[in-house]
Amino acid sequence: MTENKELICINCPMGCRLNVTIEDGRVTEVTGNTCPRGREYALKEAVDPMRILTSTVRIEGAVHRVLPVISDGEIPLRQMFEAMAEIKKIDVRAPIKEGDIVLHDILGSGVNIIASRTMDRVD
Amino acid sequence: MRHYQAIIIGGGSAGLSAAVTLKDRGIEDILVLEKDREPGGILEQCIHNGFGLQRFKEQLSGPAYAERYIKMAEERNVKIKLNSMVIKLTPDRKVEYVNSEEGDVTVSADAVILAVGCYERSRGAINIYGTRPSGVYTAGQAQKYLNMNGYVVGRKVFILGSGDIGLIMARRMTLEGATVVGVAELMPYSNGLPRNMKQCLEDFNIPLYLSHTVTNIFGKDRLEGIELSEVDDKRNPIKGSEKYFDVDTLLLSVGLIPENHLADEAGIEMDPVTRGPKVDENYMTSIDGIFACGNGLHVHDLVDFVSLQAERAAEGAARYLSDGKSEAGVITLRNGSNVSYTVPKYIHKDAKINTEVFFRASRPMDKASLTVSCGDRLIRKLARRKVMPSEMDRVMITAKDLKDLDGDIVISMEENA
Ligand SMILES: Cc1cc2nc3c(=O)[nH]c(=O)nc-3n(C[C@H](O)[C@H](O)[C@H](O)COP(=O)(O)OP(=O)(O)OC[C@H]3O[C@@H](n4cnc5c(N)ncnc54)[C@H](O)[C@@H]3O)c2cc1C
Ligand code: SF4
Repeated sequence: MTENKELICINCPMGCRLNVTIEDGRVTEVTGNTCPRGREYALKEAVDPMRILTSTVRIEGAVHRVLPVISDGEIPLRQMFEAMAEIKKIDVRAPIKEGDIVLHDILGSGVNIIASRTMDRVD
Repeated sequence: MRHYQAIIIGGGSAGLSAAVTLKDRGIEDILVLEKDREPGGILEQCIHNGFGLQRFKEQLSGPAYAERYIKMAEERNVKIKLNSMVIKLTPDRKVEYVNSEEGDVTVSADAVILAVGCYERSRGAINIYGTRPSGVYTAGQAQKYLNMNGYVVGRKVFILGSGDIGLIMARRMTLEGATVVGVAELMPYSNGLPRNMKQCLEDFNIPLYLSHTVTNIFGKDRLEGIELSEVDDKRNPIKGSEKYFDVDTLLLSVGLIPENHLADEAGIEMDPVTRGPKVDENYMTSIDGIFACGNGLHVHDLVDFVSLQAERAAEGAARYLSDGKSEAGVITLRNGSNVSYTVPKYIHKDAKINTEVFFRASRPMDKASLTVSCGDRLIRKLARRKVMPSEMDRVMITAKDLKDLDGDIVISMEENA
């Protein structure tokens, strides 16, 4: 089965309009991209879109009540809500350094959830 | 009165970047005044990624981007006074601030850099009819509650305005379990970056209503619903097009305005379009020794440009501290067709630096040619693709271009077929 999809590349502000041809679940042609990153993006986007996830976790003993976190790699878009449910279970204590892992290998994806800033202990 | 070489008002990305540059230029005796309890500014609440693509070639979150600058400032021993709110700036560069330890203090400086950020337009500024229930927030307020206090402001949400903060909040609240019923935009095109339209709305099937606005608000204590109407090409609501949505929360993402009251009260000349100070190629305002940068000068969509511009303002201040100001006449920059404003507004005729001019298109264009001209003389002509008012553009005017110019420089855009 051949299918055509129109995508907008989200990798840079150019926002190129990509045309993707998919045959039996595999991308066979990408057009409209200005640079190779567009092609790479389309290959994944047309089949299984991947995204960086950012959120917050509760933190105790810090300047704010929550700590911003980010995934250190992309997670399938279809798993975002499951991933959020895992993140909701986490509590951390200050001090925390930027880059500290707060959740290893989320949903077996190989991606970690890490602190996206430092928060010192305040009493 | 304690006197400094330079005082920076605001410790967000602009203020931190300006401080780092001043130190690197050998201006040692400087002070940053920040009203919040930590430096970083608005970035601390922007927990999504997408910052620093230009500057660090990485996709950082807002707090991570801020942390890089906070570290650079620490390494250079920049003195930052937190919880210190500036309440007055005078034309002779006296700065009055208050904090709970020192009370009310006045300090002075040879150079002052305004890096005060912006504020959000609120319901009062856009006039929606109806009751005044709780549940109506600006998108930035809701972002702060959620990302810094861990508090979701509502369960069923409508968003007015397709600015980036609204789009980012649509995704963020959806992931937190809220239902975002829709986003409405008054203009026939979106005001957000295409990547945010895709990642924040399309990814979660959130409908976007272009050429629509909220025309009524219902609910006594808490918001219960809104009325949405389509608008005609003059942006007036069309009778009979009303739709109703049951929501407990309305987020407004209808524009940002430079925080301008300190500058205004000091008597600095303001640009009625950007609503920030008018500046020259050194980022100096109409008052000698007072400079401006960041969102307090004009609203930016990319923090990378904020850092860049703040560096230039600091370099301008450093030049002013060593050489004084230029006595040469100025060339005025004007926006021509399809351009809504330019920053800077003036360039001195004897400028030795090249000046990068920041500007915005006033409407979307698929293909356009950008021209920089002075009278009959065409200084530069460049091609542009996919022009959007939401994306700031830049063009360089070199010191050489200024030779023998007579009259204003005009920056315009024409749409090409
Ligand atoms: C909500 C939001 C989302 C954004 N999302 C993105 C994005 O995804 N990607 C991107 O690249 N850019 C984004 N931007 C743009 C970019 O992050 C900002 O333009 C930039 O961080 C602004 O820096 P600033 O220093 O000018 O202002 P701010 O960060 O607002 O800093 C101003 C500082 O001045 C202080 N201040 C103000 N008045 C006084 C006073 N009287 N006395 C003492 N201190 C004072 C404030 O407390 C604040 O800390 C976003 C902007 C906003 C508003
Ligand atoms: S294809 Fe390349 S140039 Fe086009 S939007 Fe993607 S990354 Fe940018």
